[in-house]
Amino acid sequence: MSKSITRREFIQIAGMGLGGLAIASPVFSWAKNAVLMPDSVPGMYTRRVPTYCEVCFWKCAGWVHLNEAGEIWKITGNELDPHSEGRLCPRGTGGVGMYYDNDRLKTPLIRTEESGTQVFREAGWDEALELIARRMKAIAGKYGPESVALFTHGSGGHYFSHLMKAFGTTSIAAPSYAQCRGPREEAFYHTFGEGIGSPERTDIRDTRCLVLIGSHIGENMHNGQVQEMSAAIDKGATIITVDPRFSTAAGKSTYWLPIKPATDLALLLSWIHVLIYEEWYDRKYVEQYTYGFDELKTHVRPFTPEWAYGITTIKPQIIRETAKEMANASPAVIVHPGRHVTWYGDDTQRLRAVAILNALLGSWGRRGGFYNPEKAHVPKVKIPPYPHPKWTWRDAFPGQYPLAGLTLASAIRDATHPDLKWDHAYKAWIVNGTNLLFTLPEPRKTVEAIQNLEFLVAIDTMPMEITGWADVVLPECTYLERYDSIRASQHREPAIAVRTPAAAPRWETRPGWWIARELGVRLGLKDYFPFATHEEELDWQLKQMGTSLEEMKRVGVKKYPREYDDLYPLEDGPEGYEFNTNTGKIELYSTALEEAGFDPLPVYTPHEEPPEGYYRLIYGRAPMHTFSRTSNNPNLTDLMAENTVWVHPKVAKEWDLRANQKIWLQNQDGVTSSGPIAVRITERIRFDSVFMVHGFGHTDRRLSRAAYRGVNDAELITKVKVDPIMGGTGMRGNFVTFLTEAPVGKGEA
Amino acid sequence: MRYAMAIDTRKCVGCSDCVVACQTENNVPIGYCRDWVVEATTGTYPELQMELRSERCNHCSDAPCVRCCPTGASHQEEGGTVLVDPQECIGCKACIVSCPYDARYVHPEGYVDKCTFCIHRVRAGESPACVAVCPTHCLYFGDTDDPNSKISRLLARRKWKRLIPEAGTDPNIYYLL
Repeated sequence: MSKSITRREFIQIAGMGLGGLAIASPVFSWAKNAVLMPDSVPGMYTRRVPTYCEVCFWKCAGWVHLNEAGEIWKITGNELDPHSEGRLCPRGTGGVGMYYDNDRLKTPLIRTEESGTQVFREAGWDEALELIARRMKAIAGKYGPESVALFTHGSGGHYFSHLMKAFGTTSIAAPSYAQCRGPREEAFYHTFGEGIGSPERTDIRDTRCLVLIGSHIGENMHNGQVQEMSAAIDKGATIITVDPRFSTAAGKSTYWLPIKPATDLALLLSWIHVLIYEEWYDRKYVEQYTYGFDELKTHVRPFTPEWAYGITTIKPQIIRETAKEMANASPAVIVHPGRHVTWYGDDTQRLRAVAILNALLGSWGRRGGFYNPEKAHVPKVKIPPYPHPKWTWRDAFPGQYPLAGLTLASAIRDATHPDLKWDHAYKAWIVNGTNLLFTLPEPRKTVEAIQNLEFLVAIDTMPMEITGWADVVLPECTYLERYDSIRASQHREPAIAVRTPAAAPRWETRPGWWIARELGVRLGLKDYFPFATHEEELDWQLKQMGTSLEEMKRVGVKKYPREYDDLYPLEDGPEGYEFNTNTGKIELYSTALEEAGFDPLPVYTPHEEPPEGYYRLIYGRAPMHTFSRTSNNPNLTDLMAENTVWVHPKVAKEWDLRANQKIWLQNQDGVTSSGPIAVRITERIRFDSVFMVHGFGHTDRRLSRAAYRGVNDAELITKVKVDPIMGGTGMRGNFVTFLTEAPVGKGEA
Repeated sequence: MRYAMAIDTRKCVGCSDCVVACQTENNVPIGYCRDWVVEATTGTYPELQMELRSERCNHCSDAPCVRCCPTGASHQEEGGTVLVDPQECIGCKACIVSCPYDARYVHPEGYVDKCTFCIHRVRAGESPACVAVCPTHCLYFGDTDDPNSKISRLLARRKWKRLIPEAGTDPNIYYLL
């Protein structure tokens, strides 16, 4: 990067060939690891190699099948795997498209200036890695290693986090916390002394009543949960869905509560009121295990169903009836904590109400409620201790977000922004596998923060928008072309899964493990990377776990017996059970929140409502896509190529909108969508809201199937309500109106 | 023996995994499909019902596509499975017009293509790719002539419907309600 470049221009990564670029043969070898073994169909002898999926965070284990030519053919689930039970979701099945996508990043790219225009030039790995190491050392020398931050999502997180810690910074953030599930983790932690984790410890398989609040299982294709919900339907479980939209789950439900958006906490408090004052709660469990029942009882006295009706528009009779359904199913009942829960800025308190409801129903630690997961222990090789950083992101926000358990991606962004004055500064970002312009709300602010950086490195498989702002772009190979860390997630039974390459990396792409190590070596941190190859490390780990890489290549998944026989620790009401909270009890009344200066019991506060002519922007998931990362996948775009904006028929009539008409959306702050979006007129959405699937509306033309297909909801989310407890970014308080004519500078419909 | 498929509409979430699994299993070119998902919503907010269902060739017992095929390319094999022999197909599209279910398309290589019930897998003792992949376990494949098969027992126990029965083709795809 030329020193003279101080303001970055967004570069549409050019479609360059490899002509003329001499690159040495790969410095690592690809094991011929595709084991010759019978395929799933006897008689069709093809080869298959084990993997676990990287298309979403569920990480289902599966098999990559090769055709007779030895090319990647299809991916199926591994039957030994508790995450997938042998069945992948459409994204996992369509994972082949990630490998075959010709729009992928192909070589390292370095920002340069040619005739006054910023462009990327192709570079070899050595040059790119040397440049990054040199710049990181210079920045560390001037501002300290703490001034380098890492944003990451997915498998690469292990390697780049390790590199960053060895380098001397702990400013490492995944948007999956402050932009997604953080509030539920803190709410449950401060109630039960433990979080939810992933995959969720919800015992949906054996539940008799499943309550979903804005959680659209079936559209969010979290494989194990979808499978278990289906099993629960087969067994006749009652499903209660609270959603302003008639979601797929609502369509499967015994009760659909079409709630007025942003009023969920009022409904939850009312359910708590009914359970307590009708004496439908689990009295023995509450007496034995909880703290603060009397305070809770006094607190919820005013929150009658009649009170909630005026706020939520849910009829009192239905509130009572659904509370009775939950009580009848108790303890085999789950008031589901959801996953993406950063909505209104009081999200930790809303999730606290969810946790309290579960406690009153006695579902925590019981069959059909919340089980106690275990995970296998993966040994780590001894390395030198990490240096201790002198400052972190917390120094930028003294006294704020006291209960944030993990680093806030949004806080690092804000601490990089020139508007925040503090004693330190972030000068470099490394971004791996997360498209920050789509993941973080207020993308304009993200760009302003980027302009305030001295150096930005993006490591990705695709030319996502974030790569267009980088100084150096490193092309990572896809999960189908690499080894990765042993998967050892929590579940009912501990299990491990391996990922092995099914093909050599296409073009000049490289695995994250290799990239992190090569950078480490160039930064003088070789002692932190004792293994020369990832295979060597995996084999070393697996041998201590009673197996080997060789065996795992044959089986893909290995289960271990539980260490403790306590899947449902509270099933029989044991005496003396201690919870990891201040009081050792389930805290209905949170002493930790009280100490930190927050309401110890959840309080309902009204949220802003859409102004005249505006509609609340609700976003969500489609089963065939994962955020913005799949929206160029040829197999998955074939299933769904773009998002639409869901509009109620009465609203469509009022605005004279036709089905499939292309319109622009403008939010309350006057921000207009980059492109148009097709109208879907449907009864499935409330009159006061619109809905769209998140992850579309790319603006990088190099994403040939995804560019300008649909709209990116994140660019319309410019008003953020930050949760004061843990820093989650509430994103459901934005309102949009319709523009039927192309706004100036926004192109044709 | 009569092969048939039943789709439990109470469980189907319309995720389209059946579509992509079929495409990869059978090397169906991108842009084409042998099966697809239909969402049917009725009523007005908030009194709504929604049916999601995976659709494909109905492998009709009285198949008009077989009757109208001039070359015999469209034919029935074991269990009544309706197949197209690409070598025999001349691409005249008579079958496409005759099909009440719009289940056939012209493959870019010039022949007519459609669901085969994954007969290559079935012959090897496996279930069709769509059935094997479905995360909701909402697809069932089996022999309706065998009263003890899972599909026969489901059809005996549950309410079901078939699509466009008035076409009189005796379809073998059932939707459990």
